Amino acid sequence: MAAQPRHIFAWRLLVFAAALTPIGWWSYHVAVGAAGPEPGRYLLLNLGQGALVLLLCTLSLTPLTKLTRWKGFSVIRRQLGLWTFSYASLHLLSYLLFILGLNWTALGEDLQKRPYIIVGALALLILLALAVTSNRYAMRKLGKRWKSLHKWVYAALCLVLLHFLWVVRADLAEWSGYAAVGLGLMLLRLPAVAQRLPRFGGRPKRARA
Amino acid sequence: MLIKPRNHLTLGENDVTPESIYLSRRKFLGGVAGLGLAASLPRAAWAGPDYDDVAKAKGPEWFEAKLGDTRWNAITAEDKITPSDDATHYNNFYEFGSDKSDPARRAGQLKTVPWSVTVDGEVGKPGQYALEDLITPSRFEERIYRLRCVEAWSMVIPWLGIPLAEVIKRAEPTGKAKYVYFETLEDPKQMPGQASRFGLIDWPYREGLRLDEAMHPLAFLAVGMYGRVLPNQNGAPLRLVVPWKYGFKSIKSIVRISLVESQPKTSWNMLAPNEYGFYANVNPEVDHPRWSQATERRLPNSLFSPNVIDTQMFNGYAEEVASLYQGMDLRKHY
Ligand code: HEM
Repeated sequence: MAAQPRHIFAWRLLVFAAALTPIGWWSYHVAVGAAGPEPGRYLLLNLGQGALVLLLCTLSLTPLTKLTRWKGFSVIRRQLGLWTFSYASLHLLSYLLFILGLNWTALGEDLQKRPYIIVGALALLILLALAVTSNRYAMRKLGKRWKSLHKWVYAALCLVLLHFLWVVRADLAEWSGYAAVGLGLMLLRLPAVAQRLPRFGGRPKRARA
Repeated sequence: MLIKPRNHLTLGENDVTPESIYLSRRKFLGGVAGLGLAASLPRAAWAGPDYDDVAKAKGPEWFEAKLGDTRWNAITAEDKITPSDDATHYNNFYEFGSDKSDPARRAGQLKTVPWSVTVDGEVGKPGQYALEDLITPSRFEERIYRLRCVEAWSMVIPWLGIPLAEVIKRAEPTGKAKYVYFETLEDPKQMPGQASRFGLIDWPYREGLRLDEAMHPLAFLAVGMYGRVLPNQNGAPLRLVVPWKYGFKSIKSIVRISLVESQPKTSWNMLAPNEYGFYANVNPEVDHPRWSQATERRLPNSLFSPNVIDTQMFNGYAEEVASLYQGMDLRKHY
């Protein structure tokens, strides 16, 4: 990989540290007994919401780049995508370890019977596929198909929102907030909207697709 | 219908037991009474705390006055009692928010004194009763019950209160009364969760029991827990405790008790009838669509041991309550 300017490297490092911080914070809460009587579920829910927040952040980078034309947003896209996948994997791991107590049969049953788990697993599979093809080698190999493959991230977003909707018990306030942001980000990718974006961010020097 | 309490469930203590003595006797009594209730569990599992960790709180005068005459340990469980800090900071009480930590943070402003309860419907003595008038004719009892949430976690809590049957009898149900209907306070000013525009529950919260279930000696009206007055987040000042049913049946902050002729509408059943039945008896064989009911996590747990245990039919109270459901298809009437 070509050497990058120092400030870009520092920016990436900062993002890395910022993405790691919540995990440290939650672990600290668990360690000092401030996570309530069910620390495993505390981690499960926080990691799930963390993964969703990271997914939304990742998806906001392209529109943000267009709006501001600051390159800093696009250089962290892959990193945030991988963080999303990591949080989601840890979320699944928490479920397996702390809720099911490593009962694989129970996981197998859930994967057959429970719609919200099936939908979550499909989302995770998509994120997995995107994670393993996020390197330059895969990009080169896949060529044009890479872009269409990575559009599946929007399918993952819809599945995650559905997964979340199905675990809501009695109040949709939190979910509606996430869904509104997700919907907004998807609207921004509609060609008609996307083409207009750069105009709000100042005069475009070059047309961008 | 009247059911006599079974001997192995109820330990009679006719004389007044000062608190200091009952606390030192707790271990002994727990062992004895537990034999009948949960013989399958090893006796050593019971190491009851003496509620040392309980935040003290003074109840209203009538409550404190009755405490001295309480039949402590009237019903015990072999299970280890959940630390009160957990039982009071991990609550589903959607009137105060949907996060389990919301009730403890937001229930402070609920005004529980004075409190009145409307008793109406098919009764000979309808009226609006001050809470103390409803409760004081009966003697306080302490009952240690397992509480099984429909979300597959459970706790063990020492409640303080009186049998529901006694309140119902005093209201003099007519021959038409077949069900008991309960309602929680509705007041969005005091209960911020009710003010949410994204809430799915049609307030007030409603629950109900068949009359014979309500008259069962295990059905309980609690006004306290851990030897003190109920904290707001646990349903102060008056809540139901039906230990063989999922926790959502045990309605909190009750303002109405009606005896009615037909099966009443109940909140969770109205919201998602395929998930929450009217009966909601704890049953490991009938899954909730979103999660299995075969096991439960006994709280508190830790990362290293999720404390997953098998869920028992009727939450371990089958011997006492199974007869209420004889001949019923419990898969259909979940
Ligand atoms: C096999 C894959 C997955 C499994 C088994 C799984 C399991 C769970 C479970 C058990 C819950 C809690 C349900 C409850 O409230 O009782 C949950 C909630 C949640 N999950 Fe997943 N999940 C999976 C994939 C994902 C993915 C890929 C994401 C996001 C990228 C995600 C995000 C969430 C969110 C946002 C919540 C709600 C958290 C809250 O209520 O605060 N999950 N998941």
